[in-house]
Amino acid sequence: MIGATRRRAVRGRRPLILVVPAVCALAFLVLPMIGLLLRAPWRTLPERLTSAEVGQALRLSLVCATSATVVCVVFGIPLAWLLARGEVRGLGIIRALVTVPLVLPPVVGGVALLLVLGRRGVLGRYLYEWFGFSLPFTTAGVIVAEAFVAMPFLVISVEGALRAADPRYEEAAATLGASRWLTFRRVTLPSVMPGVIAGAVLCWARALGEFGATITFAGSFPGTTTTMPLAVYLALETDPEDAIVLSLVLLAVSVAVLAALRDRWTRGPL
Amino acid sequence: MMRSIGVALTVGAVALTAVGCGTDTAADQAQGGTVTVFAAASLTGTFTELGKQFEAAHPGTKVVFGFGASSALAEQIKQGAPVDVFASAAPKNMQQVVDAGEVTAKPVTFVRNRLEIAVPQGNPGRVTGLADFAKPEEKIALCAEQVPCGAAAKTVFEAAGITPQPDTREADVKAVLTKVTLGEVDAALVYRTDVLAAGDKVQGLDFPESTTAINDYPIAALAKAPNAAAAAAFVEFIGSDQARAVFAGAGFDTP
Repeated sequence: MIGATRRRAVRGRRPLILVVPAVCALAFLVLPMIGLLLRAPWRTLPERLTSAEVGQALRLSLVCATSATVVCVVFGIPLAWLLARGEVRGLGIIRALVTVPLVLPPVVGGVALLLVLGRRGVLGRYLYEWFGFSLPFTTAGVIVAEAFVAMPFLVISVEGALRAADPRYEEAAATLGASRWLTFRRVTLPSVMPGVIAGAVLCWARALGEFGATITFAGSFPGTTTTMPLAVYLALETDPEDAIVLSLVLLAVSVAVLAALRDRWTRGPL
Repeated sequence: MMRSIGVALTVGAVALTAVGCGTDTAADQAQGGTVTVFAAASLTGTFTELGKQFEAAHPGTKVVFGFGASSALAEQIKQGAPVDVFASAAPKNMQQVVDAGEVTAKPVTFVRNRLEIAVPQGNPGRVTGLADFAKPEEKIALCAEQVPCGAAAKTVFEAAGITPQPDTREADVKAVLTKVTLGEVDAALVYRTDVLAAGDKVQGLDFPESTTAINDYPIAALAKAPNAAAAAAFVEFIGSDQARAVFAGAGFDTP
C-alpha cells in the first residue's frame, strides 16, 4: 500500500526541464526519417523496388548481417564471460581493447583488417600462400568486416547482463558439483538470455547498416559485396531518388525486425 | 603532473596568442580578405601548394580550401555555400552549377587528367596492358561506373573492345588506389596524377586507349562570390605559367 502510494508520487508530475529536451531529442531523431518518407518518390516506387539490384543487395545484406551476428554470438559470448567472470589480470585493458572498434572510424577498421587479413597482410599472406584464398572482395570478407564492427555491441551487452546476474545461482550449482562449463550452459546462459538477445539484435542492426569497414575491406561488387548501404552510397552519385528508395527498404527491414524481436523476446527490463 | 599542467598552460597561451594575431590581421583582410575555393579532391596536393604561392604573391589575402567530391561540392554550392571559386574534376558538375545560375562567367579548362594502369610495386600479376583486365585470374579494382573515374574506365574499355572482369568496383579513385598500394589487387585503372602521388608503392603503365577518355577540369569564379576581386585573381593565377609548372609536376596535362 505504501509502495503503491510512493510510486504514484514519483510518477506524479513530469518536470518540464526533462520533458522539453526529451521531446527535442525525439524530434531530432525522428524528423530525418520523416524527411525520407516525405521526399520518397512514391509514384515510381514499385518499379524502383522491383529492380534486380535492390533484391540482390537486400538479400546480400540480410545474409551477411545474420552470418556476422552468428559469428559474434559464437565468439562474443565467451569473451563477455571472460570479461565478467574471468578473474584474469589486466581485465581493464582487455575491456578497453574490446571497445576499440566502437570508437575506431569504420574505414580505419577496414584498412586495419586489410593489413592483417589482406593478401599481403600479417596473417592473410599465409592464407593466400597455403590455400590460394584471400578474404577481400568476397562475401566472407563482408561478414568479417561486419563482425569486426558489430561484436563489441554484443560483448558489452552480454557482459553487462552477466555482471547484473546473481552469482549465488552459479555458486549453488558449483556446490552441487556442476563443472564450470555445465554451470555456464545450464545456469548462467539462461539467466542472461535477455541480454544475449538484446546484444544480438543490436549487433545485427549495426552489421546491417555497416558501410565504412565493408567498402574498405571487402570492396564493392554487385551480388558479392555490394550490401544495401554501399548501394545507397553509389546511388547517391547518380540518382538520389534511388538512394532514398534503398534507404527506405533498409529502414523498413530493420524497424520490422527490431519490433518483432522486441515483442517476442526482449519484453521487460533490459 | 605539475609539469604537464605547465605544458598545457603554455599550449593554451600560444593558442590565445595565435587567436590574437588572427584579429590583428583584420586590417589586412580589408585589403585582400579571404578567398574560399572549393576544389575536387584530386586537386588537394597541387591546390594546397598553389594556395601558398598565391598567398605569397598577394600579401594579405588568405586562401581557404574545401576539398571533396566534385558532385558533393557542386551540391553544396547550389545549396548556397559562400564560395568564391569552384574547380571541378568533371565538366558535368561545373555545368550543374552553371545551370543553377551560380556561375555566369564561362568556365575555363585549366588541366586535363587521363587514366593509367596502376600496379603494385614489382607488378606481381605481370600486367602488361589493358587486355589483362579481362583475365579472371587477375585481381582487378575499378571505380564504380557512377563516379567519374569509373565512367572514364568504361569509355577506354569500350574503345579497346575489352570486357573487364573486376573483383571490386570502388566508390572513388582513392579507394581503388589504396587497394593497389596495399597489394590487394594486381591492377587497377586510376588517374595518372594518383599514380604519381602514391610514390614508390605503385607503378604506372601508360596505355594507348587512355586518350579516349581525357578528363577536363574546369574552373570558374562564382557569380555570388563574397570576394569577387580575389576570386578573379585566383582563377587567373591558376592559368599562369607558374601554376602550370606545378600541375605538370603532379602529372596533369595542361592545355
